[in-house]
Amino acid sequence: MVEEHMIKQLSIFINNEPGGLAKVAAALKDCNVNLKAFNIAESSGFGVFRAIVDDPDRACGELSKKGIVVKETDVIAIPMTNRPGGLLDVAKVIGDAHINVEYGYAYADNNKASFFFRVDDIAAAVGKLKEAGMKVLTEKDI
Amino acid sequence: MYWNQSMECMPEGELKKLQYKSLKELVNNLYSFNAFYSQKMKAEGVRPDDISSLNDITKLPFMNKSDLRDNYPNKMFTARKRDVVRYHVSSGTTGKPTLVGYTQNDIEFWTESLARALTSVGIGKDDVMQVSYGYGLFTGGLGLHYGAEKVGATVLPAGTGSTERQLELMVDLDVTAIACTPSYLVHMGDVAKKMGIDLRKDTKLRKAVLGAEPWSESMRRYIEDDMGIQAYDIYGTSEISGPMFTDCAEKKGVHIWGDMMIVEIIDPESGESLEPGQDGELVMTVLKKEAMPMIRYRIKDLTAIIEEECACGRTSPRIKRITGRSDDMLIIRGINVFPSQVEHTLVQMPEVDGKHYMIIVDRVGALDFMTVQVEMRPEAFSDKVDDMIRLKKHISSELKKYLNIAVEVELVAPEALPRFMGKAKRVTDRRKF
Repeated sequence: MVEEHMIKQLSIFINNEPGGLAKVAAALKDCNVNLKAFNIAESSGFGVFRAIVDDPDRACGELSKKGIVVKETDVIAIPMTNRPGGLLDVAKVIGDAHINVEYGYAYADNNKASFFFRVDDIAAAVGKLKEAGMKVLTEKDI
Repeated sequence: MYWNQSMECMPEGELKKLQYKSLKELVNNLYSFNAFYSQKMKAEGVRPDDISSLNDITKLPFMNKSDLRDNYPNKMFTARKRDVVRYHVSSGTTGKPTLVGYTQNDIEFWTESLARALTSVGIGKDDVMQVSYGYGLFTGGLGLHYGAEKVGATVLPAGTGSTERQLELMVDLDVTAIACTPSYLVHMGDVAKKMGIDLRKDTKLRKAVLGAEPWSESMRRYIEDDMGIQAYDIYGTSEISGPMFTDCAEKKGVHIWGDMMIVEIIDPESGESLEPGQDGELVMTVLKKEAMPMIRYRIKDLTAIIEEECACGRTSPRIKRITGRSDDMLIIRGINVFPSQVEHTLVQMPEVDGKHYMIIVDRVGALDFMTVQVEMRPEAFSDKVDDMIRLKKHISSELKKYLNIAVEVELVAPEALPRFMGKAKRVTDRRKF
């Protein structure tokens, strides 16, 4: 089942203005959204805030109502070991499987680490990762 | 030095008689032979017989840019199609262009006007004139080209762009005079510096005929004092033919040849005529134009008529430097841009809410830059930065299609831009003229 490996990420548009991020952060707080991992991509004139959160469907709905430009995007999550070389292990598998990563970011605590990344064809990528013996996380794992 | 002394220096009384005669003839002809003008006059209840003095011109109805737009392409033409020898096209307020046509005589009058003007700033046979206005649908390039050839100058039809090459040619061909926008000349100066060209030492460039965008006395000071080039103001608009009139060597206002044109200044609100010296909106009547006559055309530029006689000896009326537009038209790199054109383009794009936009105009170095901020529709948002950049470029290229200028697009979230209760103020012009 590919669907269970699709992790829902919130993608949020940030205006190019002083306090643009703070505005988004305030909305997240107001909507009681807990962040597990996030990253910010910036370009000339705008930013994109991407986050893994508790209950993304609820968060997305509530943020939209507040006028935040937000959408849910499916990403893949795989576990990493939290030690030197942890990234290399997963990067090698991804590379060998010829999976093209659009963007990615990580979460780590003392015990475990996870790599979240966006690909164009999730089904194909999940299949290839499994073939290579990689554990692909589900919503429940994170 | 005069090009046509009898016309340029005609005593005031005689000039007024000539203007009256030409006006009377023009009104008679249009009333009898042109549906557009006769309808317009009938609607105002004015007949050719009502014009019995030059001052009676105020009885005639005004013409506006909208008349040209509504009658696009050529319903206002008064010449037979086979007698029209050229078209020029300018952008309109709704993305619809306006067309201007010329008979052979019209081209000759336009050229005569510029020959007088160039002569009045001392450009003639011994000059090499680089014409760095756009050639093509825009009137600047071809207009100055013909005028400069008429006075016997050697014309270098450089057009716009390829600045380094233009500077090389300027050096190699001993260019003495240039016609371009003031901002482009300043930009050329900056590029010359980077190339190690000293305009004063390495070129013979000493005179510039500058216009097609608003510019100030302080810009003139910079060009003259820092760049070592005498800077003359040129004025015109495609509806009256194109660039036609300049300062003379005195640089105290633009001479409008009275045998070709009647100038009036009106109150932009009431339409009432104003006295010489009073600031108001410029209204022009083209006395000599066959393909597309213009009677009391509201150009929407703000200026005043200068009454004192000019030390150069020319008796034609002069107008002060244009202080601004009476409506919201922007001139960016010499191109007319209306906020409504921006709106027109944006409103048609599903990815954005085109009703909410802002325009910011900046001058970086010597060049104008226009940024359009527009509210994105949430559906158009993508988590991928590449997609967003593609969307920005798409909007930017759509705008360029309508406006003919490069536009930087900034996407913002819904509700991020100001809302207006009264008249919207969508333009922030940060340029300092």
